[in-house]
Amino acid sequence: MLHIYCPHCCELREEEEFHAKGQAHIARPLDPDNCTDAEWGNYVFYRKNPRGLHHEIWYHSTGCRKFFNVTRDTQTYAIKEVYKIGEQPQVVAEG
Amino acid sequence: MSETLAPEKEATVTVAVMNQLSTAKDVRAESPLHHAELDKLASRNPRAGGVSLRELKLLGHLTLRGSQQNQSFMNGCAEVLGVALPTLPLTSVEKGSVSIRWVSPDEWLVVLPADQAFEVERGLRAAIEGHYQVVNVSGGQTILELSGPNARDVLKKSTVLDVHPSQFPVGKVAGSVFAKSTALVRRSGEDTWELVVRRSFADYIWLWLQDASREYGLVIKH
Ligand SMILES: [Zn+2]
Repeated sequence: MLHIYCPHCCELREEEEFHAKGQAHIARPLDPDNCTDAEWGNYVFYRKNPRGLHHEIWYHSTGCRKFFNVTRDTQTYAIKEVYKIGEQPQVVAEG
Repeated sequence: MSETLAPEKEATVTVAVMNQLSTAKDVRAESPLHHAELDKLASRNPRAGGVSLRELKLLGHLTLRGSQQNQSFMNGCAEVLGVALPTLPLTSVEKGSVSIRWVSPDEWLVVLPADQAFEVERGLRAAIEGHYQVVNVSGGQTILELSGPNARDVLKKSTVLDVHPSQFPVGKVAGSVFAKSTALVRRSGEDTWELVVRRSFADYIWLWLQDASREYGLVIKH
């Protein structure tokens, strides 16, 4: 079980209260009507699957019902940081 | 051309507000646990038990949403409700018969006597400008109050929240998992806890609480 700090409730809660929502920082194409199929396909379907640091969106579904970002090590499951939507990660993979 | 979703100018929106909780004598209101006949159970109860249960039924519940940066929203709420919205996460305030629970940084639950809900809702709409939301959700949920020396033990079986007094002081509010449903939990007194539960889950939670409190003895109160 992960123990996750919600940046809105400002305390650690059990993983059961949250839902994982996949990769964070996926920018929607600014001009969808003029995207190539490859650009739209990448936006809709293609996701990173790193071994190591990964930036993810989590949802505090039974608590404050807010979305936020988590930097998590997919190998050790260690949560490195939690930050709000619109903010940038401080912990990033090297290279 | 991509379009912007935000309106350029704040539009004037007229909302039809209905009094959902008629106080007329000939309209019968039923709480989500009407069928459980808690009043009957209360009158033929055992006198002693470690857990007491009471439904705080048919109260007015208003969901408020708005930005803490919107002065009109914060001031309007304070003025109409008679007490400022709690801005500290996981806290609640109580004044007279009105209680306000923090739900998220931009959401609060106001609980008040049913016959005040309509007036307060109208008052809020008159007092607040800008982007906000007031919804009467009275029919959609109810409050179960657990009390007694073993109330905390029942919570420990039911939720993943840390309900130790050092982590859950009186007045704290937290939404969490409750059995296989959810609840907004508030510690309203030293040994008293309130659960705001969804109407459609009320019966399930009632059954769950009976089972979870069996070993301590359950007393139903009016
Ligand atoms: Zn939260």
